[in-house]
Amino acid sequence: MKTNDTSRREFISATLLAGLAVTGCSTGKNPFEPDAATIETVKPSGEMIKLLSVDGEVIEVDKAFLKPVPSLPQVSNELARQGIPGKKFVMVIDLSRCKSLKKCQSACNHMHNIHPGQNWIKVYPQQEADHTAPYWQPTTCMHCDEPPCVKVCPVDATFKRQDGIVLIDSDRCIGCRFCMAACPYSTRVFNWEELNLPKEIANQPYSCETSVPQKKGTVGKCDFCPDMARKGELPHCVSACPNGVFMFGDMIEDSVTNGSETFRFSDLVRDKAGYRLMEDLGTKPSVYYLPPVNRNFPFENKEEKEETKKS
Amino acid sequence: MESLAKQQIIEDLLPQKFGKAGKIWVGILLAFCTLGLVAYILQLKNGLVVTAMRDYVSWGIYISNFVFFVAISLVGSLITAVLRLTQAKWSTPLTRIAEIIAVSAITFASIIIIVDMGRPERFYNLFLHGRLQSPIVWDVIVITTYFFVSLLLLYFPLLPDMAIMMKHKDVTGMPWLNKMYSFLGSFWKNTAAQIHISEKAINILSITIIPVAFAIHTVTSWLFATTYRPGWDSTNFGAYFISGAFLVGAGAVVVAMYVFRRSYKLENYIKDEHFDKMGKVLVLLALLYLYFNVNEFLVPAFKMKKSEEEHLMGLFTGEFAIVFWFAISTAMLIPILILITKKGRKPFPAFIAGLLVVIGSWFKRYLIVTPTLLHPFLPMTDVPEGYKHYFPTWQEWSIALGSLAGALLIITIFARIFPIIPIQETITEIEEHEQA
Repeated sequence: MKTNDTSRREFISATLLAGLAVTGCSTGKNPFEPDAATIETVKPSGEMIKLLSVDGEVIEVDKAFLKPVPSLPQVSNELARQGIPGKKFVMVIDLSRCKSLKKCQSACNHMHNIHPGQNWIKVYPQQEADHTAPYWQPTTCMHCDEPPCVKVCPVDATFKRQDGIVLIDSDRCIGCRFCMAACPYSTRVFNWEELNLPKEIANQPYSCETSVPQKKGTVGKCDFCPDMARKGELPHCVSACPNGVFMFGDMIEDSVTNGSETFRFSDLVRDKAGYRLMEDLGTKPSVYYLPPVNRNFPFENKEEKEETKKS
Repeated sequence: MESLAKQQIIEDLLPQKFGKAGKIWVGILLAFCTLGLVAYILQLKNGLVVTAMRDYVSWGIYISNFVFFVAISLVGSLITAVLRLTQAKWSTPLTRIAEIIAVSAITFASIIIIVDMGRPERFYNLFLHGRLQSPIVWDVIVITTYFFVSLLLLYFPLLPDMAIMMKHKDVTGMPWLNKMYSFLGSFWKNTAAQIHISEKAINILSITIIPVAFAIHTVTSWLFATTYRPGWDSTNFGAYFISGAFLVGAGAVVVAMYVFRRSYKLENYIKDEHFDKMGKVLVLLALLYLYFNVNEFLVPAFKMKKSEEEHLMGLFTGEFAIVFWFAISTAMLIPILILITKKGRKPFPAFIAGLLVVIGSWFKRYLIVTPTLLHPFLPMTDVPEGYKHYFPTWQEWSIALGSLAGALLIITIFARIFPIIPIQETITEIEEHEQA
């Protein structure tokens, strides 16, 4: 109950704009509550904005009292290793909706400041056999429940949390790349050289939850954006996809959402015959796929077309 | 008469100063080491981007070189321990050659694995945060153990020889060397009690080193076999690696025997008989390795599972076919054909066969590591074109060659300051022989 309360408060403070009139937020020590000095200096503009308070009431606030909330402070390395209690994160990828727009990929690359050319999310043109249908298959890290990468790591730099997420501590990784050899999904990338990052990003301390900044000589991969989950928001790939391919959620709450639609996870996977990749290896992924049936788009491989044009 | 023979042995076997050829040899080795060092400094500065390794081929010739070094080091246990415990007396003059090959190879195996690390300065994390569940930590443990056991197996038989060398200060040359001998071995008085303890210790170490030697190369094979990848996912891997390791190590000993015999004129100590016997050992080991190769490739090729097919066809007829058949024939088929005849076991042809084994085995290690990584389960996608191929850069070649040169340099310098054939053991054996 307590955790629910906090996360809801965090959600509202971070997504909406916290102001003086949001009285519901004033319980306890709220780091986002403006101090008296700011209130006195702000002059009302007369333009009122409707907000939903934490107690569920619709309230009106003068626009001048609203200000953007700074992002929540990063959690400590220790907390990042433990994960969010009471959660079991899961992703569902609906292959019938994907047309390889790769908005997921560019959003992910941008938000994590990945080395140009490398990708944590890959979109595979897949075709099982000569006479079966081709389809697009985006892959993230599978966040396996039996992660082969975690098994082989000699220094506990990559680890599995209680909420199911597999993360990397780039301050500890020795760069042996055993995890890359062990991962059957080819999901891990290596920072072969120093990244050309803006100073503000390069200078901030590394956080396992944001996976930023990536460091030379260490391994990186999709992290399910647990920093967003802490804020009650969706991973960047999920919100970037215009076709709602990715659905993210919590297995314990049994719900997944792509931002506009929300499904009961168990119903969705049952009704649409969801499956996981390489089930026979026993890695038990946290990413489920819905088969590419009744597709929204025809399969068009632009890259292949361009290649044939050239030749 | 007997004392004269003894005097002769000592004179023949005491370390000799480098001749002209020796100096050129050391110069070449030093040049390669320097080049390797320069390349490594560049790598430290710019990161592993100076190599041709990328996200798919994340292990390249550094790792195959590592496997090669670990493999070759196994010969120390074969010659010193296995042949000693089976009381094959003929191997006595070869023990020190084998043991120094083992020590220098295992030293450079450790160095090359640090070269391969993205963050070598965090090596201490292995001790601070080491996870016993990881095969890498097993490897660190067994390789360290093997290094020290090998070092002791080199050191104990050296003690009586160092006593002899201290008596012949004028022959050995430089005064700092004499200081080192007395620091390392002045407590050795050649008393019956000391000899007894030393022999007991060597026996215990000889028994200990066999399981440790099996462990180092089995664990090294597990670095690959504990993953899911086609070409590595094999229960055959431990035995396959060990048999290959004994083969390449024995090949290296034959090469070293020939070179030392020629350059130090040791014809009375490393006799034709030794080449004959080592030649037979090589044939046996090559047949054994061939057997495991048949298991490793024929069985999956019979089934041609989809995931294995791409990998196997790449080796048999595809882009790696030339290297694959070159390695199979130079490491096994041709040496067997040479050494199976009595004439082929004369020193020179045996030397050529040994050299072929060593060269073929190096490429075999390359084939074990790289082709598998180019055939992942999910096809290579969404990466720059350069990520889909692997050919080592000059920095990688320089570092790999530098490490090989470094291992040879250790062996060369060792032979310069210590007798490469055990003096005391040779004398004792001749005395025992005469008494009998």
